[in-house]
Amino acid sequence: MNTVSPYILLSAILFSMGVIGFLTRRNAIMIFMSVELMLNSANLAFVAFAHQWGQLDGQMFVFFVMAVAAAEVAVGLALIVTVFRSKKSANVDDLHQLKG
Amino acid sequence: MLVVVLGSLPLLAGQNLVGFANMTALDGYALFLDGLFAIVAIVIVLLTLRYNQDRGIMRGEFYPLLMFSAGGMMLMGHAVNLLIVFVAIELLSIPLYILCGLARPRVDSEESAMKYFLLGAFASGFLVYGIALIYGATGTTQLSEIARKISAKEVPETLLLYAGAALVLVGLSFKVGAAPFHMWTPDVYEGAPTTVTAFMATATKAAGFAALLRVFLFGLAPLASTWQPIIAGLAALTMIVGNLVALSQTNLKRMLAYSSIAHAGYLLMGVASGNAAGTTGVLFYLVSYAFTTLAAFAAMTSLNTAAGEDQSIEAYAGLFRRNPLVALVLGLAMLSLTGVPPTAGFVGKYFLFQAAIESNLVWLAIIGVLTSVVSAYFYLRIIVTMFMREPVAEPQPLSTANLGRSVALAITVIGTLVFGILPAPLLQLVNTAVTAFGVTMH
Repeated sequence: MNTVSPYILLSAILFSMGVIGFLTRRNAIMIFMSVELMLNSANLAFVAFAHQWGQLDGQMFVFFVMAVAAAEVAVGLALIVTVFRSKKSANVDDLHQLKG
Repeated sequence: MLVVVLGSLPLLAGQNLVGFANMTALDGYALFLDGLFAIVAIVIVLLTLRYNQDRGIMRGEFYPLLMFSAGGMMLMGHAVNLLIVFVAIELLSIPLYILCGLARPRVDSEESAMKYFLLGAFASGFLVYGIALIYGATGTTQLSEIARKISAKEVPETLLLYAGAALVLVGLSFKVGAAPFHMWTPDVYEGAPTTVTAFMATATKAAGFAALLRVFLFGLAPLASTWQPIIAGLAALTMIVGNLVALSQTNLKRMLAYSSIAHAGYLLMGVASGNAAGTTGVLFYLVSYAFTTLAAFAAMTSLNTAAGEDQSIEAYAGLFRRNPLVALVLGLAMLSLTGVPPTAGFVGKYFLFQAAIESNLVWLAIIGVLTSVVSAYFYLRIIVTMFMREPVAEPQPLSTANLGRSVALAITVIGTLVFGILPAPLLQLVNTAVTAFGVTMH
């Protein structure tokens, strides 16, 4: 086992927790946090791989991911607040107007 | 501004440049897609001018958001680095999340935005983790370097690489709405304002396929023997699910959503072919599908008034008596979606099936033809409803004619018919694009 393997393992565990959280949680905020966990596990993997390859590319990628995630948070929370105002609930099971 | 972009494209034709630390390329392929996105966005703006007025959602932010999103799509066509693919996909998606919710406080619009946002973010999670694994396996995010290193056997073809490619495929499949990652499509399409739906169904799909082609036929081309059967399987599943579920729909917008899933299946067939003919087919089909779908949605917007938006197929009964022109456009769009000559849809499908047969995916082409036959049922049903049935007792008033929509209808109808009758000029453009793209395999 080389020096970066534990980090990759940890990031894989975090990513899986994010996916499981997304699929099982019913509160929009918790679902959103699970997505953030997935993105951040990818960041961890990038840093670890950048160390392994002795490059800065991976670390640069992390900054892009963080910036994009921040933009996503801004839009996402605004949407959740809008839905909460009209539905008085952030539970995704209450979003059932559209089906067929 | 979009017209300026479109006008400036011929000036750049024939160039082959790279910029931003070799992360973006300016080649025929990118320019071709830029042109497509610019035309789609122009048509959407023409439609929206009146649609938003009819629906009482005159919000100025629509236009800049549309521009940001179109900019992201264009960036996607130019991307030759996985970093840019990721940034472009977010740049095109984030404004779309807001656009879907533009009709707030209507609950269906908010719900559509929320669902699109959560699933879109989920898909980006997969995409970015997949990119991380590919970076880990190859030590680069530059697509040309990835291709070189894999084919020169500089890096081992490890599980890491395969897992990364699979996650990237999952992320992009979400974006193009391919089964089994299509669940969000009908809900989001139904709830979003119709012009936004039209934009998502055409331009977003084209951007997703632009990325799929670049990543899989260029960057991961050396792994073709592995991904080809997987994408072929996805294509078959997508065609079957999309067409079969569309059969039972009673809401026209939902039916068009399932139809867009089915068409993603046909396009995936072109990607699975993995040869130059497949790339040509995908690019040609993206154009013909964009014009056809825009024609359908443009016709739909004429049934919207401030009173509401009746999307049920029933509302279209006897439309021919009430507004023959709109009924004819919608009918033409349905024929083109089915793939009846002499429409663009027929020529596009022909190229895709031909590409699949060329790369020995005959079974896939057979599924494609069979599902096209199935699709004729629900497309022609719309035509029958419009032309042969009596209007319902108290039909919803139609939106009055206006210049913007008339021009949009004209553009889409001309596109659908001209590329169907005279495909040669477009085919030549596509071939230039494919040559620049440099499909190396097969």
